[in-house]
Amino acid sequence: MKTNDMTKMTYRDAIRLGITEEMRLDRDVIFLGEDIGVYGGAFGVSKGLLEEFGEERILDTPISEGAIVGTAVGAATTGLRPVCEMMFMDFITLGMDALVNQGAKMRYMFGGQSQVPMVLRLPAGSGTGAAAQHSQSLEAWLCHVPGLKVVSPSTPAQAKGLIKAAIRDNNPVCFIEHKMLYDAVGLVPLDEDYTLEIGKTIVERPGKDVTIVAYGTTLAKAIEAAEFLDEEGIRVEILNPLTLYPMDMKPIIESVIKTGCLIVAHEAVKTGGVGGEIVARVVESEAFDYLTAPIIRLGGLDIPIPFNQELEAVAVPQRNDFVHGVYRLLNRE
Amino acid sequence: MIELSEELLLRMYYKMNQARYFEEKLDDLVSKGQVHGTIHLAMGQEASGVMACLALEEGDLVSLSHRGHAQAIGFGLDVNLMMAECLGKYTGYCKGKGGSMHIADVENGNLGANGVVGGGFNLSCGAALTQKYHQTGKVVLCFAGDGATNEGSFHESLNLASIWKLPVVFFIENNQYGMSNPIENHMNIENISDRSEAYNMPGLTIDGNDFLDVYNTVTKALRYARAGKGPVLIEAKTYRYSGHSKSDKQVYRDKREVLEWQKKDPLLKMKEYLRENRIFTEKQILKMEEEARISIEQAVEFAKKSPQPQLNTILEDVYA
Repeated sequence: MKTNDMTKMTYRDAIRLGITEEMRLDRDVIFLGEDIGVYGGAFGVSKGLLEEFGEERILDTPISEGAIVGTAVGAATTGLRPVCEMMFMDFITLGMDALVNQGAKMRYMFGGQSQVPMVLRLPAGSGTGAAAQHSQSLEAWLCHVPGLKVVSPSTPAQAKGLIKAAIRDNNPVCFIEHKMLYDAVGLVPLDEDYTLEIGKTIVERPGKDVTIVAYGTTLAKAIEAAEFLDEEGIRVEILNPLTLYPMDMKPIIESVIKTGCLIVAHEAVKTGGVGGEIVARVVESEAFDYLTAPIIRLGGLDIPIPFNQELEAVAVPQRNDFVHGVYRLLNRE
Repeated sequence: MIELSEELLLRMYYKMNQARYFEEKLDDLVSKGQVHGTIHLAMGQEASGVMACLALEEGDLVSLSHRGHAQAIGFGLDVNLMMAECLGKYTGYCKGKGGSMHIADVENGNLGANGVVGGGFNLSCGAALTQKYHQTGKVVLCFAGDGATNEGSFHESLNLASIWKLPVVFFIENNQYGMSNPIENHMNIENISDRSEAYNMPGLTIDGNDFLDVYNTVTKALRYARAGKGPVLIEAKTYRYSGHSKSDKQVYRDKREVLEWQKKDPLLKMKEYLRENRIFTEKQILKMEEEARISIEQAVEFAKKSPQPQLNTILEDVYA
């Protein structure tokens, strides 16, 4: 259906709509994971899909993450286009061999003979009170593996556009969805052909004084901070690298050349995080000469996510961390 | 009893000899320092690797273990392209990017040798899921070694294949050792096929050095899986004459043990069968052996003459 219509929906519903549209368009798209059938998925993303597509295409699996990912790789190599769900991103630890040693490398090590068109959905992040084994943001691991693509949508529209693009992509795509975003509401294009190109960084909010690069839920906190700073006449430019790997650096470099100031932020632990890579690429670029202050990296503390609500909140960057960061860069503190 | 035509027997004997010569030659090249990296030889396991593949029908698929040369030859891969890949040449199956451990021919249903022990089990489930979903009537034959059956992926895959009735045959070449570790040190059961009981699927243990036993059993298992009855687990007891890889000094086993197994050599056993049943003349047998040997000599020639990959191919094929 071609349309310019948009409708308000949640991030959760937008992911489901994207998957539903692609499953209607292409019979080779199948969906596998734990409790995705009658239960509708741990976070309700697959609710109703079993009724529409049946058990043949909505495959409820045993609790065997290695088998889920590996089966998806094998199915993708032989002609299907599987979408699979890890109940929590944390459990990709159990599927890493199939993803990293098999799916990501088959094409290259076989000299281009195969392709692995699969999507791995990974509900990530803290804020739900689920403690250390159900709250991680492990994207940096995945960004360290050539052959994988890693995307992270922050809004319902981005979620729909990227899940559709991921399903149509001929490579293994890791689709990171932040659990605290599932209920976020936004306008979503209803056009069946609406997709977001994988490999593009976008400007979420134009500005001129400081550049912030953020994704996931951290993006929303950056936007809140920018709105607050607006009232003080400080114009923050916010960029969202929707694809974390391979990352489109050009808009980031251009923004830093314009503002001279950079904050890079994510919820994942700071050490070894994606932010460090972004910073390194900025200082390797011509933007280095335009920097007027040291770069600030905001990241999760180097700890497992704690259970207690207050401890959990301070483990990851919050709105005020951005505000203070901007003040520091502009010598306002 | 399954009928064996003369043509099939000829192909069986020829391919087993090809597999043996291929590895003898490769071993020789390794010892001369002409092969970069390591190789995993399956000399002594030819009956299981070759015969299991010869039981396949056109369009069936395979996933190979890291010790996969005989399996690949049985499946019908071109020995020229295999040897070229082992030597890292651009004309090889993987354009020199995979080597011995990753020989694949995906278009024709060979999903690749696998460098991760147990890495092929769940890939095979996925490939079998595709066959079931597309109703192709094709079966996936998944090779692995005894050591791989202690990986979690083995148990997850057998369980999944069983509950989904996937058309897959798990074929375990039990060569008695997981690298240096004798099998009795790493599992407390007599037969690996016993593990099939936990997943409610047929499990069979056979003489992996007996070409007929392997061929007949795999043929029946494929028929069972093809009929939609679900997976089968086969354990072929066999032995590898070489070490695990080129660096293996084999301090963990007695030379006499190797000699004992060599008395049960799969090629000798088949030759005796051909003689006893007077299927071919002595001259015909020698001719087959000679032709197999020459095909490998030619493969080495082809590989040596082949070009190295251009350095500018290094970034190709990371993404589709």
